[in-house]
This record gives sequence, C-alpha cells and structure tokens, in this order.
Amino acid sequence: MSLVDWSRAQFALTAIYHWIFVPLTLGLSFIVAFMHTMYYRTKLEKWKNTTKFWMKIFGINFAIGVATGIILEFEFGTNWSNYSWIVGDIFGAPLAIEGILAFFLESTFIAVMFFGWDRVSKKFHMLSSWFVAVGSNLSALWILVANAWMQNPVGMQFNPDTARNEMVNFWEILLSPTAIYKFLHTITNGYVVASLFVIGISAWFILKGRHLDFAKRSIRIAAIFGLVASLVLAYTGDGSAYNTAKDQPMKLAAMEGLYEGGNEQGLVTVGIPTLGKKYGDDKNDYFFVVKIPYFLSYLATRDFGGYVPGVNNIIDGDIEHGIISTEERMKKGKIAINALKEYKTSDDKTVKDEALITFRENYNHFGYGFLPNKESAIPNVPLTFYSFHIMVGLGFYFIFLFAVILYFSKKHTLEKKKPLLKIALWSIPLGFIASELGWVVAEVGRQPWTIQDILPTMASTSHLSASSVQTTFWLFAALFTVLLIAEIKIMTHQIKSGPKEERS
Amino acid sequence: MFENLSYLTLQQYWWIIVSLLASLFVLLMFVQGGQTLIGQLSKTEKEKSLLINSIGRKWDLTFTTLVTFGGAFFASFPLFYSTSFGGAYWVWMLLLFSFIIQAVSYEYRTKANNFLGQKTYETFLFINGILATIIVGIVVGTFFTGSEFSVDKLNITNVSNPVISRWKTATHGLEAAFNITNLSLGIAILFLSRVLASLYFINNIDNETIVKRASKQVKFCAIPFLVFFLLFVGLILTKEGFAVNLDTKEVFMEKFKYLNNLIEMPIVLIMFLIGVVGVLYGIFLGAFKSSGKGIWFSGAGTVLTVLAILLISGFNNTAFYPSTYDLQSSLTIQNSSSSKYTLTVMSYVSLLVPFVIAYIWYAWKSLNKKKVSEDDISKDDMAY
Repeated sequence: MSLVDWSRAQFALTAIYHWIFVPLTLGLSFIVAFMHTMYYRTKLEKWKNTTKFWMKIFGINFAIGVATGIILEFEFGTNWSNYSWIVGDIFGAPLAIEGILAFFLESTFIAVMFFGWDRVSKKFHMLSSWFVAVGSNLSALWILVANAWMQNPVGMQFNPDTARNEMVNFWEILLSPTAIYKFLHTITNGYVVASLFVIGISAWFILKGRHLDFAKRSIRIAAIFGLVASLVLAYTGDGSAYNTAKDQPMKLAAMEGLYEGGNEQGLVTVGIPTLGKKYGDDKNDYFFVVKIPYFLSYLATRDFGGYVPGVNNIIDGDIEHGIISTEERMKKGKIAINALKEYKTSDDKTVKDEALITFRENYNHFGYGFLPNKESAIPNVPLTFYSFHIMVGLGFYFIFLFAVILYFSKKHTLEKKKPLLKIALWSIPLGFIASELGWVVAEVGRQPWTIQDILPTMASTSHLSASSVQTTFWLFAALFTVLLIAEIKIMTHQIKSGPKEERS
Repeated sequence: MFENLSYLTLQQYWWIIVSLLASLFVLLMFVQGGQTLIGQLSKTEKEKSLLINSIGRKWDLTFTTLVTFGGAFFASFPLFYSTSFGGAYWVWMLLLFSFIIQAVSYEYRTKANNFLGQKTYETFLFINGILATIIVGIVVGTFFTGSEFSVDKLNITNVSNPVISRWKTATHGLEAAFNITNLSLGIAILFLSRVLASLYFINNIDNETIVKRASKQVKFCAIPFLVFFLLFVGLILTKEGFAVNLDTKEVFMEKFKYLNNLIEMPIVLIMFLIGVVGVLYGIFLGAFKSSGKGIWFSGAGTVLTVLAILLISGFNNTAFYPSTYDLQSSLTIQNSSSSKYTLTVMSYVSLLVPFVIAYIWYAWKSLNKKKVSEDDISKDDMAY
C-alpha cells in the first residue's frame, strides 16, 4: 500500500473508533439532562438515582471519546500536511472555534456535573447537565461545518501568491445548506443511537425482572426522544441526499449503484449490484434490484422526470446536461496547475497576468490535474451502495421500533412483551452500525477528494514514508482496541450492577 | 473594529493569543507533574486516591487547553501546523499517544472489571507525566535552535510530488531530543510541572502528611528546575538567533538575537523578570512556609515567563520556527499566518475568551469551596 493509502487507512481507523463513542455522548448528554431536570423538579430520590446511573455510563463513554478525539485534530497536520496548508486558512477556523466555544463549556461543566452533587446549588448543578449537552453538541457543530465545507467548498478563493485557498466569506461557510443538513442529520443520529442504547439496556433490566420502575422511566424518556429524533433524521437525510445530488453527483451515483443514468430514475429499495461491475463495461448495473419508480429523480431534482447522471455519464460527460467529461476536466486541471507554475516562476508582468487569467478560468478543475486516470475519479461503488442502503433501512426500522415501544410504554404493558424487549436489546448494536455506515457513505462516497474537485487525497499528504504511517496505524489499532475492550468491560459491569436500589 | 487593524497587527495579536494559550498549557501541566509524583507523595492507597482525585478534576482542563491551542495555532498559523506536525511526526505522535492513554486512566483506574488493572492505568499517568512535559519543552526549544525542513510553495505544481513542507531528517523530529538547549528546556519543564503540582497539592488537599511531603518535593524539584532553566536561558541569550530583514524579509543569523529582543522590548523583559520572581517566590512560600498561596505566585509567574520566552521567539523580526536546512524556509509570523480575513474573523471569536475564562473561574470556585479530603472521596460515588 502507498503512503496515501496508509494515511487514509489511519484516518479511517481513528475516525471510526472515535465515532463509536461520539453519538452516544451527543444523545446521552441530553437524556441525562432531561432526567436531571426531572429530579430537580420532583426532588424525588428515584430520579436522582436514575440520573446518576446514566451519568456514570456517560462518563465511561466520554473518557474514551476524548482519548480517541485528540488524535483526529492533530492528524490533519501530521498526516495531511499539504491539506493543512492549502485549506488551513478556512479549515482551521472552525477547529479553533470548536475549542474556544464548545470544548471548554463541555469539560468545565462535566466537572460540575460529576462532582457538584453536594457542592453547588441544585439549580446550578442541573443547569450544568444542560451546559454539557449543549457543549458537546456545539463541538459537533463546528467539526461538521468543517467537514461539510470539504464536501462543498464555498466562501473561498485561491490565492496564487500564497498557494492556498483563503476564506472570503465566513457566513457562507457556516450557513451552507450542506453544513446545516450535515449537522442536523449527524446530531439526530446521535440521539437515535443513545435512545436505542437506553431502551435496550432498560429492556434488559425488565427481562431480568430488575429495577422495573427505573427501566420503565428510562424507556419512556428515550422512546419519546428517539422517535422525534428519528423523524428529523429521516427528513434531514432526504435533504442531505438532495444536496449531494447537486454538489457531489458521483457520490449519489455510487450510493445508488447507478452506472447508466437518465431521466425518470427509480430509487433502489433493495438490490445487489452486479459483482465486478466496472465503469464502461456492458454488465447490468444490478444482479437483482427492486426500485420505486421515479423516486430517485424526485429525490435528486425534486422533479419525477428529472435527470440523474450515473457513473458512466459523469466520467464520459454529457454535453446535453452540462456535464464535462473527466478527461476534459483532467486536461483543464493540468492547464490550471501549469498556469499557476508560470505565474509563480515568471518575472514578466504580462506573462504573469495572462497566466493568472488562465488559472482562474480553469481553477474549478484544479484537483483533476492530479488524477492519474479517469477511473480514479470513481469511489468504491459497492461499499458506498451497501452502506447507504443498510443505513437507510435501519433508519426506517428505528422509527418503527420507537413508535411500537412508545405505544406499549404508554399502555403500561411493556413487561409482557418479551420478544419486543429482546428485539430492543439486540437493536443497540444496530444503532452504532447505522451511524458508522453513514460516515462510510459520506467519506468513501466522496473519494478521491479531500476537497471536492479541488484537492484529491494523493495531493494532500505529508512528506512521510509509507512505513512510518503503517507503524502508527498498527499502534493506534492496537491501543484503541485495547481501550475499547476495557471500556466495554467496565461498562457492562457497571450496567449489570444497576442503579442504586430504591424502595418503591 | 478588527477590520481597521493592519495585517501585521493582527498577526502579532494572534501570536500573543497562541503564546498565551501555550503558557496556560504549561501552567496546567501541573497535572502531568502531579502524575509523576503520585508514587513519591503517597504511602497508602487512601493517600494515592486523594492525590489522583485532586488532579483528576483538572486533567480535562489541561487536555482541552492543548486541543484549543492546536486549533488556534492551525487557524492562525497554518504553515506551522503543516510543517511541524507533518514533519516532526514522531515527536508529535509520541505526545499524542501519551495523552490518549492519559484520557481514559482517571476514569477507568478504579472501576471494576477494567481489563488492564489499576497499576497499568497508574503507569499510563506516569508515562504521560514524563513524556508530555519533556516533549513540550523540546519542541519549544526548537523555536530557538531550529529544525531541518524546507518549504516551497511551488511544489504544489509538481503533480507527482506536490508536498509543500518537507522534513529533511529520517528521524522526523526525534533528532531534536539530542540538542542540549532543547533537552534542558524539556527537563526544566518536567521539574517545573512537579514544583507546580506540589504547590497545587498544598493548596488543594486537606491532609497534613501529604502537605508536608509536597512541601519537601517543592524543594527537591526546584533545584533541577532552576539549574536546567538557567542553562536554557543562558544558552539562548548568548546564541545567534534567526533574524528577519525588515525590508527584504530575508532570514539571517544575528548574534545575541534573543538577548537583543529582550532589551529592545522592555515590556517583555519586565514580564520575564516578574515571571521568574513570581515562580521563585511561590517556591519559597511552598517550600518554607507550606503555604497554599505558593501555586498562585508560581502559576502566574510560569504564565508570564513562558509568554515572554515565546514572544522573543516570534516578535521583533524573528523567525519563530527556524529551518537550519534552508534559512529562507524558516517560518515567521508573517509568512506562516492565515489571511487577513481569517485572522479578522478569528479575532472576533477571541472576544469571547474572557467570557470563557469567567465561567471556568466561576464553576471551579463553586466546586473548590471545600478542599479535597479522604472523607469527601469516600462519600462521593462519582470519585475516581
């Protein structure tokens, strides 16, 4: 494997590990805050015990989330040095704001939340739980703004003198629709994961006949939270897909496994892409497929007859629909790169001016100039396809599950529904799987780009040997795996001990 | 308001902010210093638990400051981020590893069924304490001694090898540990953090035996700290420094550059002297009076001293991250900063910093009303 492959592998590894813990933090922080508020309002000991139990679980999860998070921030520098310079002017700002506005809020009030029980006023203590929730969700906001910008780079201009992209409009970056949808879709996904987690564990207690009141209390809160969140999740998922169609048509084609696009496209509900299907061959797109007619067109263009390009259309170009072929874009990219070189090396002012004009005219294709061949503009289609469809399928299943749980919870007959409780317990991992798959879709689907159309991964790395990164990859893999095992062991033990016994 | 400032003023403003964050981080590394002292200051499990709970409530603050420092440096001087992090790869990786193992250790140490056992997590804390302090010192040392790298922005037009910042040694940063100036700062910071930790324990823990031992440690650690700190200061003030020509922006070697910087910026000199006196007075209070006030003097003194050291590395036409491989590749606050627009936006964000400090202060004041005591920990089911 080459340097860029190891660098990508390391980033994927650390991001995937980090993302095991983050959604739970995002959602559980709110669930703890709800419970803490119930305790504040009712002053009942049972709510205090419920709050403390979930708070402890939150703490165990939070510690490892922090541990796996620090590396991601610094990895932009250590492994993506060129990236850090070429877009650092834009990308650095949200990271700094994240630290200043969100991380301190989170870490300060976590201390109050954990250690404040008899030290600070009850009101300040309860508010601290809310600050933790707001802080952790705010930190998600800023890093997601940064990520959304990579997918849809707005509010910037390339400065040939400094050889980098520079920010020209902060608000455009913060308020880009990609950023807003990404933020809402990601945090609500966290709420869903956490709700499934709380429901699943509570279901286990009911199945074991332990802490019934506690479990039912927890389920009620989590089911309401989960149902609302999963509906918003579906809505923002649709919005995200619409944005993807506009800004990253190749990703959408990969998500759908669509090679030959056109008008009036159907949306895949279930399907198996043909094994070994490649760009330009004459195999069918799918070995087996069930589509909802016209729905992909509607999803992508808000018009049932709308045109959706497939992989082949994007690579080969389609003049009628304004798509420039990848080979053409590669040529234009090389022209941009050479014009930049001329601009930077020439002393003649007229030559410089002309070079700059040529550069600006072709800058939209700059990144294509680094691609070795047109095929390298295609992401891994089967991986993106399956990740997308499993994620969506699970998403709809979660809505259904929350609704059913809430229904029986309201009817107070949950204890009798043993199979349902078992399903709830076994749905815990499904939440995590769907969440990780969402990131696979977002990040694998946009390959080869670190910055869409502007900078591919192979031009983003540091000046390192592949073996150095390979070494750190395995070190991280070993360390994170050990810590994950420790976390799971501690957490299961903590869960099994249950909340403080209450007299009811 | 920030729109009207010149580009250079913004760059200087941000160098002050980044330096201030770094100084606060060095102060907050008393947590790391404390982690190296646990064995020496405790004889029983109860005492150990007191110490760990005392610093354990602050570790996240140190950690967050490091992360924020990283983000702020990235946003304001991205060329440093891309050159140093991607170049001195192994140094930064070691630092990060040490923080990763720290982050779980407080929370998992005494939890049942914790897989690695209590001892391992305590060893993790010790490793982090030693490595983090020494590495930070070594890295700051390279601000004065330089590293071997090149920066060529034209590389981006070289399709087959477009990396702009290139490190020139195969050891990728580890070579910095073999320089006496860097190393002496590393050792100085290790012992400073132990001094600060001892002073903090005196202030924070309600236990006479531990206070007595901590007071003794202040004495023991102050000696190596002073020796290596003076060695470092002596070395940098007498050495040639990396100066920048005001007009051509060319980097050249200037005799006694850092000494000149101190003399030419009297405010920084005063800051430095007050800082050093503050640290010493705090040490005196802790070592001879066992006074809880020591941490305030040494703490504030540490921030002023480190701030002064970082200001003479970057201000007054000095290259703050020099390259000994290619002098003209050296990073200055002017050639490595973000655009004027970004610095302006970030400056508005910086207006929120006093507000952040205020709530941190308020929260900790309310939590610290009582000192940490054995009684306290045994009653608290959230204790580490």
